[in-house]
Amino acid sequence: MSVVITEPNDQEHHEHDHHDHKPSGITRWLYTTNHKDIGTMYLVFALIMFFIGGTMAMVIRLELFQPGMQFVEPHFFNQMTTVHGLIMVFGAVMPAFTGLANWMIPMMIGAPDMALPRMNNWSFWILPFAFLILLLSLFMPGGGPSFGWTFYAPLSTTYSGDSTALFVFSVHIMGISSIMGAINVIVTIWNMRAPGMTWMKMPLFVWTWFITAFLLIMVMPVLAGVVTMVLTDKYFGTSFFDAAGGGDPVLFQHIFWFFGHPEVYIMILPAFGIVSAIIPTFARKKLFGYASMVYATASIAILSFLVWAHHMFTTGMPVFATLFFMYATMLIAVPTGVKVFNWVATMWRGAMTFEVPMMFALAFIVLFTIGGFSGLMLAITPADFQYHDTYFVVAHFHYVLVTGAIFSIVAAVYYWLPKWTGNMYDETLGQWHFWCSLISVNLLFFPMHFVGLAGMPRRIPDYALQFADFNAFISIGGFLFGLSQLIFVWVLIKCARGGVKATDQVWEGAEGLEWEVPSPAPYHTFETPPVIK
Amino acid sequence: MAQNKPLIGKLILVTLAMFGFGFALVPLYDVFCDLTGINGKTAAVAATGDNAIVDTSREITIEFLARPNKDMPWVFKPEVHSMKVHPGEIHIMNYLAENPTGQMIVGQAVPSVSPGQAALYFNKIECFCFSQQQLAGGKDMLMPLQFYVDPALPAQFNTITLNYTLYDVTQAWADQQPLQDNIGE
Repeated sequence: MSVVITEPNDQEHHEHDHHDHKPSGITRWLYTTNHKDIGTMYLVFALIMFFIGGTMAMVIRLELFQPGMQFVEPHFFNQMTTVHGLIMVFGAVMPAFTGLANWMIPMMIGAPDMALPRMNNWSFWILPFAFLILLLSLFMPGGGPSFGWTFYAPLSTTYSGDSTALFVFSVHIMGISSIMGAINVIVTIWNMRAPGMTWMKMPLFVWTWFITAFLLIMVMPVLAGVVTMVLTDKYFGTSFFDAAGGGDPVLFQHIFWFFGHPEVYIMILPAFGIVSAIIPTFARKKLFGYASMVYATASIAILSFLVWAHHMFTTGMPVFATLFFMYATMLIAVPTGVKVFNWVATMWRGAMTFEVPMMFALAFIVLFTIGGFSGLMLAITPADFQYHDTYFVVAHFHYVLVTGAIFSIVAAVYYWLPKWTGNMYDETLGQWHFWCSLISVNLLFFPMHFVGLAGMPRRIPDYALQFADFNAFISIGGFLFGLSQLIFVWVLIKCARGGVKATDQVWEGAEGLEWEVPSPAPYHTFETPPVIK
Repeated sequence: MAQNKPLIGKLILVTLAMFGFGFALVPLYDVFCDLTGINGKTAAVAATGDNAIVDTSREITIEFLARPNKDMPWVFKPEVHSMKVHPGEIHIMNYLAENPTGQMIVGQAVPSVSPGQAALYFNKIECFCFSQQQLAGGKDMLMPLQFYVDPALPAQFNTITLNYTLYDVTQAWADQQPLQDNIGE
């Protein structure tokens, strides 16, 4: 039964009046093909997953608060580290970026919607089922996946539990969802730009997402392949990774990291786009070096396919291979350095103000660069033999993912929230959220560098006594960071309910098509393509 | 929209091709490792060793390691733990296998050479690892390995470690029996 709801003042709407009704209640969200609705659902889903994954991080930090076994069994601890990683990567960061893409890309390029709206609906709605399967597997006899989010063979083949099939199935669904989302982004950007929106006029958020989408369609199928091999090795008697049958466990790591390294750029390139949108707005200057930003993003994407084995220096690779991967990895620092330089140059002599989105973007630049530097340290092959599988690695990838990807997502939400809701968020609460997050995240992750260099291994529920003080400190930082995010939820709810009305432009220095439509953005925007000057 | 279809088609093709590429990495990896010897795998076929010239000017230490896999109940060890050889000399080395259980077990040994690049120069004329080995319960046997080191071995290598891991493949062997009977072996 289709329900048609007529709105009283229909004449005010555009001539395509059949588009303007949205079903009410749950069916609006189930059947929607509107990019803004789907974007909102992705973002809310990512926030929920962020808190579920965050709760698991709290369990991990609780257990590591003191040496010895306190609260959980080692097997459960392993499930927590595994599922925390899977949820944060595939459930929080990636859907949040896809949500931002859904909301902003059509508005930024002057398109009425995404190119493939029905597929868009489907690519969102299979995601909750993927994570339901993954989370419910934790309650199976024998527990959920416990082999780390990297599911190295033979941990995931010979030594894994019955939940492995569910893990594989849920990763397949996540992959299908990401691939469909990526195809949608590419087709939208390729075919639906408003007249006059040439390639080199596209906002950088659109550019970075365009390149990210290509990375997604190239590596998510490889992930699907490698989980399929794990599935057949475990249940159907193949020997891809089993030496007894002629396979090789090191092959697993090659295939996995062939996916895994581009994957880390999938989680950071859109962040570069967000920061490149925010910094010029609050510095009230045009972005410095637009073209070099585009080329730098493309070079990072291409290089990301040539560096995967830097995750595997300790597998006994020959020296020439480690040298190749070491130098290729260090080469990525060049385009990344170009980006950081351009952001700083954009701010140089700008008329800067420091609203919450700008604060998060500034923190991103500093803290992501710290994460980049520890990445360079890890790239040095001989040094990596000491750092490998220690908390130094944990510190590195949390700096690039939490203070990098997550901070950029939070910055983006504060930046575009007035456009989405029509209301300004509470600036004071937002500043509280920023400062609490900034201080606690550094209490949380910075000391991990020290315990890592001193030799504390990752993914172990207990540790030697000399690490006790640092770990108590890290855990307190972790709890504070977790609590600080509740302020964020408070800000979001408060802003969605009301507040000072936002202007169309919202920010004084904001430029771009999304700031030319009313706030809140109407359900349908740019049904007639805008004119690009 | 009609103009979307060709693009969608191409993108789906890229996706499928990359799924295939993931699987293509499996044989590519084997070929790459065979050519370069970088993962320490030795050739699975016999070398002839006929035209090797013995290079008496240098000595290479060969270290022998052998271990049964966790699920393999056999006792499995080399007769000696190391020997010094001249490149080009053909040597025979025996490995002792003993099945302390009550049942027949089929084993498959998988070699690995370290340093990996030396694997290309470690040639086997005859090896128990070329085929599956059957051993009845309570019995033992000597398993021979006939090998020589290629005189072309680069000068930087003076020690080669050969490791065998022995796997229990009784189940896989039993699964293949009806098949082999049909072929008429």
